[in-house]
Amino acid sequence: MREFRYRRPTDVDEAVALLGADPEAAYLAGGTNLVDLMKLGVQRPDLLVDVTRLPLGGIEPLPGGGLRVGATVRNSELAAHPLVRRDYPVLARALLAAASGQVRNMATTAGNLLQRTRCFYFQDTGKACNKRDPGSGCAARHGQNRELAILDWSEECVATHPSDLAVALAALDAVVEVAEPDGTRDVPFVELHRSPGEHPERETTLPRGALITAVRIPPLPAARRSAYLKVRDRASFAFAVGAVAAVLDLDGDMVRDVRLAYGAVAHRPWRAFRAETELRGRQFTPELAGQAADAELAAARPLRHNGFKVPLIRAITVRALTELAEAQA
Amino acid sequence: MQNRSGSASVAGDERSSPVAFTVNGTRRELTLDNRTTLLDALREHLDLVGAKKGCDHGQCGSCTVLLEGRRVKSCLILAVTLDDCAITTVEGLAGPDQLSPLQEAFVAQDAFQCGYCTPGQLCSARGVLDEIAEGWPSAVTDDLTGAVRPTDAEIRERMAGNLCRCGAYPHIVAAIRETAGDR
Repeated sequence: MREFRYRRPTDVDEAVALLGADPEAAYLAGGTNLVDLMKLGVQRPDLLVDVTRLPLGGIEPLPGGGLRVGATVRNSELAAHPLVRRDYPVLARALLAAASGQVRNMATTAGNLLQRTRCFYFQDTGKACNKRDPGSGCAARHGQNRELAILDWSEECVATHPSDLAVALAALDAVVEVAEPDGTRDVPFVELHRSPGEHPERETTLPRGALITAVRIPPLPAARRSAYLKVRDRASFAFAVGAVAAVLDLDGDMVRDVRLAYGAVAHRPWRAFRAETELRGRQFTPELAGQAADAELAAARPLRHNGFKVPLIRAITVRALTELAEAQA
Repeated sequence: MQNRSGSASVAGDERSSPVAFTVNGTRRELTLDNRTTLLDALREHLDLVGAKKGCDHGQCGSCTVLLEGRRVKSCLILAVTLDDCAITTVEGLAGPDQLSPLQEAFVAQDAFQCGYCTPGQLCSARGVLDEIAEGWPSAVTDDLTGAVRPTDAEIRERMAGNLCRCGAYPHIVAAIRETAGDR
């Protein structure tokens, strides 16, 4: 591991200034991904700015409904919060489906959103990877790519975003609060992550040095009937090969509102707007759910080893929505 | 100035940091290379070799200790981040002359063979028992807002972050269930 300096600022402005002053600096939160990538030589910061002692904890109900989740709230604390369990089961389920109990006790809300892809080629410094080493090529494009993207990939990068939490937050229309050198702003969750395009080394729309300070989850009464369905290669402690976050609000058997987002299919958590449009205002049937998934997946371009993901995502879309519909019948 | 990996950006006096934390109730003060993990600080600097280095990548759980009472993987935590924190290792789960009920149950249920993963299993199980007692749900909890019971399914899911290559899993589950008092 490369040697590095260590700083532990006590306020957000100081943290943002430290990052801004050093192009090779990195923020350190729970460390579950960054410390591992430093051991692997994939990330080589010369300064770690520890943000875990900043006053960015806490989960607060918002005056008009919804929740504000501090950036350094640990994943386990968020999943166990009574209001998350009651009002946003999709969020609790996504968190509990992720990693292991130990990792959830360490990993933070913001760190989870900014974790790096688990593409094997990205994590192996002996392989070409445009994300790790821009311009070096993509060994995954024609390599072993079973786990990788089916939507929105580029010739430069076929990686997927690994987070479960991010898929739930995409479905819930969360808002990310960000501190930047020249002030603070709100970023709609679906605009936080980027498509890979020609610059897969840029994973978010945030400028360098930006610090996520909180995530706001808007009120959504229908989210009390929500689900997260994750398919993986073993029953626990594994990344998704496909996942769906779903909120379904029925008026009788008519779809009043629906939110759908997919995980493990693209470089970003994938909000399925097309599928939602197919469903909204129509009589819910499992067949309609399948047609909606087909509409979303019409743009899919499977790689050599992951064609199975297309029917897999279709199947879990139908299952998640049908189970939510049956629970409301 | 060159460092071992050939970059010249970190001056010698900035490569390490002082840190003071409590381990098993005893305050310890160290000056450590910033790269030192909690696991290496315990094993190499404090002579506490209960926590084991298995994968060193957060996947096997053999390095599990309790940080502020919560189970964590000590191989992925940098020791210099832990100023004023309280750490409990397997050496601190019970007194020097007696085993904790959880340790007694591991012996009674034959919950290990080679023993390499056992300190991590014990610290993780200690955390699991507390998490269940506090009503934290897991991925296999049917009702997110209801009570949590220490069933085999709950214990298996919650212990998924601890590997045992001898395959003592059924006996580990039995030992934890016995300790939870719900058979």
